[in-house]
Amino acid sequence: MSRSIERILADTSICIVVGSGGVGKTTTSAAIAAGMAVRGHRVAVLTIDPAKRLADSLGLDDLDNAEVQVDPALFTATGADPGEGELWASMLDAKATFDELIERHAPDEESRDRILGNRIYGQISGALAGSQEYMAMEKLYEIHERGDYDLLILDTPPSRNALDFLDAPKRIVQFVDGRSLRMFIKPAGFAGRIASRGTSIVFSTLGRLTGVDLLRDLSEFFTAMSGLVDGFRERAERVQGLLSAEGTEFLIVCGPAGEPIEEAGYLREKLEDLDLPLGAVVVNRIHEGGEGASRAETTKALIGAGASKDLAGRIVTSFADRNALAERDEENIDRLSGEIGDAPLIRVPEQSDEVHDLAGLLGLGSHLFGEE
Amino acid sequence: MFVTGKGGVGKTTVAYALGLAAARSGKRAIVCEIASQERGASLFERAPIGDEETRIAKGLWALSVDPAKMVREYLHTHMPVRAMAELLHRSRLFTYLAAATPGLAEMVTMGKVWELTTNPRKSPGKSRAYDVVIIDAPATGHGVALLKTPRTFREIARAGPLANQAGRIEKTLIDHETTGVVIVARPEEMAVNESIGLEETLLDAPGGGFAVDRIYANGLFPDRLAGEEAKIRQLAEVTGDGPAGAALAAAMAEIARRGAQEAQLERLRAAVAAPVSELPYLFAPRIHRKQLDALAGEIE
Repeated sequence: MSRSIERILADTSICIVVGSGGVGKTTTSAAIAAGMAVRGHRVAVLTIDPAKRLADSLGLDDLDNAEVQVDPALFTATGADPGEGELWASMLDAKATFDELIERHAPDEESRDRILGNRIYGQISGALAGSQEYMAMEKLYEIHERGDYDLLILDTPPSRNALDFLDAPKRIVQFVDGRSLRMFIKPAGFAGRIASRGTSIVFSTLGRLTGVDLLRDLSEFFTAMSGLVDGFRERAERVQGLLSAEGTEFLIVCGPAGEPIEEAGYLREKLEDLDLPLGAVVVNRIHEGGEGASRAETTKALIGAGASKDLAGRIVTSFADRNALAERDEENIDRLSGEIGDAPLIRVPEQSDEVHDLAGLLGLGSHLFGEE
Repeated sequence: MFVTGKGGVGKTTVAYALGLAAARSGKRAIVCEIASQERGASLFERAPIGDEETRIAKGLWALSVDPAKMVREYLHTHMPVRAMAELLHRSRLFTYLAAATPGLAEMVTMGKVWELTTNPRKSPGKSRAYDVVIIDAPATGHGVALLKTPRTFREIARAGPLANQAGRIEKTLIDHETTGVVIVARPEEMAVNESIGLEETLLDAPGGGFAVDRIYANGLFPDRLAGEEAKIRQLAEVTGDGPAGAALAAAMAEIARRGAQEAQLERLRAAVAAPVSELPYLFAPRIHRKQLDALAGEIE
């Protein structure tokens, strides 16, 4: 199969980049976006927390919830000609996206204000497990609906589990729905009559643990949410649908060490279980060994070229360390390629310096886009 | 001691190395992995540790805490009647409520971890508190959220035994004598930025900042080739593509990498208040006890 990202993404309108923390997801997402833009596509990348130096060098220091275009002059400065291509970027603000969502679905101003002002809402909109993940998808859906771009790239938020992302819509709906809760929690319910003895035990016990204030706030929150639930659920279903829609591809990014490789294998299995399309696996930061002569021969050659015995020894040790890493990486990658079946595996060697500008991103692109 | 930092920087490895270092100095130490995939088990090449305090080395115990399961355990230890706890746990309503209460599971998790430091222990059959409790916390954002859980919970719950317990735990957490945060970083741009921001967030947390004891810059390449750059370049010209060519290219790459890391390390040192310690890059293909012991030696 072709190993060029351009070919992989040829019929793709949404590319979702997943992987565990610290493997270079954000940089890879940006490099694909930049590479697709110089190849004439209109691309937007939705990111979470780009490196400041990179964002600054792209003129994106004020990234916010709306997309900002990277100045085409920056492309021309690197000698690239994007033609019709454009690169846009946006940084997710989960809380603002949640607020917008509530505003959109609230039946009237009063219920909107009741929710936005609720203490429980204040907590969950910022911190509920999965809310950031869902908001990333929500934002993606919103931009997709507008249809301004050929390709949208989503750099998924760092989470404890890279897959929290995949069932975020389901979890958020379960949460805001709270139907079973609403049956029991009526604002007057605590003081007034309570449905059954079992329920009253549950409530009084929980109330004893958490205090009644908390239960009252919860009750108010779910009551206020009840007007929004249907709209919210319907929207979340469409958002979830986007994951498996025609034109959506997933990209797994990982590192070459043991744990990231295992994580990538696990992610791949999970995508398969959920019937979600895997476009490619990108292995970043691969250590490259060198075909070298034996230790003794290398030492001899070094000394012959004028190195001291001591320096030759240090160089040879450093080389051996590097080759050991390269060998480990190779073994891990072999194992992973055995697991991923038809999906192409794209190798990106370790860069001597971090990518911090457009030229660097396009340079990474030479590995991602291959030689055409 | 809370260990946090950017994803992928080696938090768990450093947490266990800290545990070994504490144990070597004669303390009883325990490492608690929170919502983890139990990396301690593979580091120590043993079966999964699970939610029982397990001795994994001389003076070192480990425990894996899954917040999702903690609420149930909490009920069992805090409800006078076991049957009632069971009834409550099985109630669908309760499950929903527990899930809907922001921070309940995390709060109970913090309670569990806090209990490890109490003397005498409240848990039946556990007689002694640990001298050092090391929490292998989730990455930056989630890690801070966990530290703030007691405060958050106290604010939203206001009253009740859990809110009271939250108040007590919060006091322990902001007491700089007893609790400190260790930030693990890598000498790389993104990880350095995140660590600088993380320290600021922790120190300036509204309602009382947390102590940041130390920042570990993990994965520093060796400086065994320091100062030899010109010589190596010269050697490369002499040997060309000969047998030593690849070794010399690798040597140049190592020097470049070390140089870039030093620049980031300097930037980190200049921007943070906490002392910064260096931890070496581990060339071993897999990290096991031997490498952990070496890291513990560096920490001492």
